Amino acid sequence: MKWEVVIGLEVHTQLTTKSKIFSPASTAFGAEPNTQTAVVDIALPGALPVMNRAAVEKAIQFGLAIGAKVNQRSIFARKNYFYPDLPKGYQISQFELPVVEGGQITINVDGVDKVINLTRAHLEEDAGKSLHGDFQHQTGIDLNRAGTPLLEIVSEPEMRSAAEAVAYAKALYSLVTWIGICDGNMQEGSFRCDVNVSVRPEGQKEFGTRREIKNLNSFRFIEQAIKYEVQWQIGEIEDGRKIQQATILFDPDTGETRMMRSKEDAHDYRYFPDPDLPPLVISNEWLERVRSELPELPVAMQVRFQQQYGIPAYDAATLTSSKALAAYYEAAVAAGADAKLASNWIMGDISATLNREEKDIDASPVSAVALAGLIKRVMDSTINNKTAKDVLKKMWEAGATDATAADVIIERDGLKQETDTGAIEAIVDAVLAANPKAIEEYRAGKEKALNSLVGQVMKGSGGKANPAMALELLKKKVG
Amino acid sequence: MSLSLDDVRRIAKLARIAVSDEEIAATHTQLNRIFGLIEEMRAVDTTGIEPMAHAQDVALRLRDDAATAPNRREAFQAVAPAVENGLYLVPKVIE
Repeated sequence: MKWEVVIGLEVHTQLTTKSKIFSPASTAFGAEPNTQTAVVDIALPGALPVMNRAAVEKAIQFGLAIGAKVNQRSIFARKNYFYPDLPKGYQISQFELPVVEGGQITINVDGVDKVINLTRAHLEEDAGKSLHGDFQHQTGIDLNRAGTPLLEIVSEPEMRSAAEAVAYAKALYSLVTWIGICDGNMQEGSFRCDVNVSVRPEGQKEFGTRREIKNLNSFRFIEQAIKYEVQWQIGEIEDGRKIQQATILFDPDTGETRMMRSKEDAHDYRYFPDPDLPPLVISNEWLERVRSELPELPVAMQVRFQQQYGIPAYDAATLTSSKALAAYYEAAVAAGADAKLASNWIMGDISATLNREEKDIDASPVSAVALAGLIKRVMDSTINNKTAKDVLKKMWEAGATDATAADVIIERDGLKQETDTGAIEAIVDAVLAANPKAIEEYRAGKEKALNSLVGQVMKGSGGKANPAMALELLKKKVG
Repeated sequence: MSLSLDDVRRIAKLARIAVSDEEIAATHTQLNRIFGLIEEMRAVDTTGIEPMAHAQDVALRLRDDAATAPNRREAFQAVAPAVENGLYLVPKVIE
């Protein structure tokens, strides 16, 4: 039987506020346990929550960025459950009327665009942290994280493969970091994904029973967990067993998923409107101000890059994968680099080296202006492409921020391309004299025979010959 | 709508309230009386009236985003039953 996979994501994004959603305690990561808590966060009786305006504003930004409906009146509710890292015995969240409803995110898998619809995004508070390992028969509780503002972003179950789920998570990640509402630090838990997975026989209308994989904090884990879970579910059904709705955990060490708790009781959260918090009202003026301040979004920038710089869609998509990368590209072009060459260099050598050194584009030792200086020397044939790669390596090692950095190295190391036809001709003659066999093959119709000779000319010139010119001369002399 | 005895036991369990077998019957009667009140209110025609989420017709007050709370860990933990290395200690939670 052929199976169809159905996936929906719930993503918890920590919002980049200085203080907590309902208290004036700091949200900074990594402080000593329980040093960043206020009376609201530890749930002292009588303490009342007061909403952080910045958290609301970031939710509005997100809603506008995905073309969603921003509800100008939304409601906070209590989600009731007992766990030691939740001192109040309920989490303040939004249930019936969330701040953001609907909206869309476009993903691209194997060159094909697909629109994923979002259900909603709502504001809520994070819980504290439980430390299980360190004490015998006891659990340590750190409430520094309790009350950190979260925007929980819920998609429709519209993804049909692990690849689509990862593409969605990445697109969402790129958007929330782009508009600056989330710092994107996945190791610190700023972007956590819960993945709902079910399978059904192809063609069946009803969804299968889903299991929810909790708290995945890397794109690789999302992919691994879904692939394992899908196989597990298909195996169960084919063996004649039924899937039970459950919450499960993914173990990165074994690559397997395992049951955390059955959902029977856990799902009964008995939501009701929080009497401590009247409805959140967002004025037209506020909405319009946020709209006017929103930065150019990745999708719009991608279209502009194609039109303004005449680069292919693939290049435009890659270059707009982060705001910093896009800015770097535009700075290089503004400094005089050819648009397509700049794209090639950034997606090629620059990205490869950054990846290898695990650096972000912000930390590139070669500035956009310095890269443009190098590309300009390729454009005016001062150096060939191969020499340019070597120059870039040297610029990288020494650090290059100046427009003339490439020129300095070319001059110092005498790397200027040999364009004196006479000098190259002498080398060409010598190479031809030493390779009579290649000449015969070429004359017999084997075009490629001359390629190896170009290589030898390049070598003979110490890499300084212009390869196009060398080929030209070889053809002229042989033909 | 009325509750069964099992509903009452379940609600008590979810709310972590110990209700003894002797108390169950009385609690059951009291809760059902509340449902009786709700039924009475339901008889009122509310067509065209927007439901309120809060008893008062006011909007949520917002504060500026400033981290001004001082570190009061020592005072807060002075009343905690068990503390170690700055952490509150609770009976082991197994997932």
